[in-house]
Amino acid sequence: MNTNKQQKENEIILAIETSCDETAAAVVQGGQEVLSNVVASQIESHQRFGGVVPELASRHHTENITFVIEEAMEKANITFEQLDAVAVTEGPGLVGALLVGVNAAKAVAYAHQLPLLPVHHISGHIQAARLLRPWRYPALSLVVSGGHTELILLKDEGEYEVIGQTRDDAAGEAYDKVARTLELPYPGGPQIDRLAEKGNKTLDLPIAWLESDSFDFSFSGLKSAVINTLHNAKQRGETIRPEDMAASFQHSVVTVLTEKTKRAASQHHVQQVVVAGGVAANNGLRSALRDAFSDSDIELTIPPLSLCTDNAAMIGAAAHVQWKKQHTANWDLNGVPGLALT
Amino acid sequence: MQLERKSYSPQDTIHLAKQIGTLLQPGDVLTLDGELGAGKTHFTKGIASALGIKEMVNSPTFTIMKEYEGRLPLYHMDVYRLEEEEAEEIGLEEYLEGDGVSVIEWADKITSLLPPEKLEITLGRETDTTRVIQLHGVGDRFIGLLKELEKHEDVSD
Repeated sequence: MNTNKQQKENEIILAIETSCDETAAAVVQGGQEVLSNVVASQIESHQRFGGVVPELASRHHTENITFVIEEAMEKANITFEQLDAVAVTEGPGLVGALLVGVNAAKAVAYAHQLPLLPVHHISGHIQAARLLRPWRYPALSLVVSGGHTELILLKDEGEYEVIGQTRDDAAGEAYDKVARTLELPYPGGPQIDRLAEKGNKTLDLPIAWLESDSFDFSFSGLKSAVINTLHNAKQRGETIRPEDMAASFQHSVVTVLTEKTKRAASQHHVQQVVVAGGVAANNGLRSALRDAFSDSDIELTIPPLSLCTDNAAMIGAAAHVQWKKQHTANWDLNGVPGLALT
Repeated sequence: MQLERKSYSPQDTIHLAKQIGTLLQPGDVLTLDGELGAGKTHFTKGIASALGIKEMVNSPTFTIMKEYEGRLPLYHMDVYRLEEEEAEEIGLEEYLEGDGVSVIEWADKITSLLPPEKLEITLGRETDTTRVIQLHGVGDRFIGLLKELEKHEDVSD
């Protein structure tokens, strides 16, 4: 691979992300400056099915990927010759979806003889914070999305240690499943967030604290409690306002996420807390976290919504760390659905 | 052959699954059906524990499949969003025919891909906390497994 370009600090990277239902490409310079950030979302096609449909996802990625890359290059106003590397999400995600991005990245890298940088999707969500301001270590990241609910400790740049994770459903998955029970359209998170603002916490739903020293999460008991409460009310001929159910459910989720993040931050003496992933777009969670850290020395970073949902600028930001460490991939790079964060 | 067991808590569900887990062999396929919150993930945790898997076993919904290394490999799948055609495309059959144990949630979506011999498990909601767990062994292998389970069953928890 081309190594003579790797001395550069202000490198220009084309980043590609196709791990789930967004086809995204971005051009990022020096891990900080976003020259372009293009996202083609498939939410509309998946709404009919109440969730991401893998085969649909791969098909849409295949249809979109070339246009998305071209648009990212055009908007950044650069040529392929000006690129220093191509970065791509290696995993985790849906296998068919990942493969579209990995192969597109390989094609561009091979055609233009550029190094290929593999990026972990979650490191991307975390490193989105780099686009706002430089990191302060040690740092803690709360990653909350449809597939993940994790507390990750960053002792130094690019060093990730998972200190807590969900034992059953991810937070975003709990939102989607509760939304399915309430017969709300997909994606369920924003729907419940919106309803919750209009409702009151009138229902007593459980909060899973688990063992007192654990930073793990559990949302399946809460999901069952929602189902049971709705089921029992129906049998008694009572109606529960969906707004109140949403507010009560959201209260349980937000309380445990906020409290455990606060506890982990103080136990590990972190300087900065970064919230990442699609559920970081949730207004209830954002305001609870802001309250929790308002009178603390710990800097709380919640990226804007456009950087919380899946995008490729975050992959470009994380690729900067890979670039500096010279962590390149070979042409046999593959999509890894269950890739671990190390 | 069919057995019916009652579970009064997630721990009961895990306990029963552990007993089944100790009897599993390479290539065994278990299907798991039941509505949201019935305990499908808990049941799989029990199987994983009996297979000596130390890693956290959580919901495979988002990635369709999660793979774990233990005494035998465990393939935990949630095929709720799959169509048969694409299940074939992602190579599901290769896992089912492999040397691990496959646990498939919402398996009725891909019935034509399932092997003739399997253990069909249905978790039915009775009350908020109790579940009726039906174990249906299809084929000699799983009729034998259920007989073995009955013989060695430890009803205490």
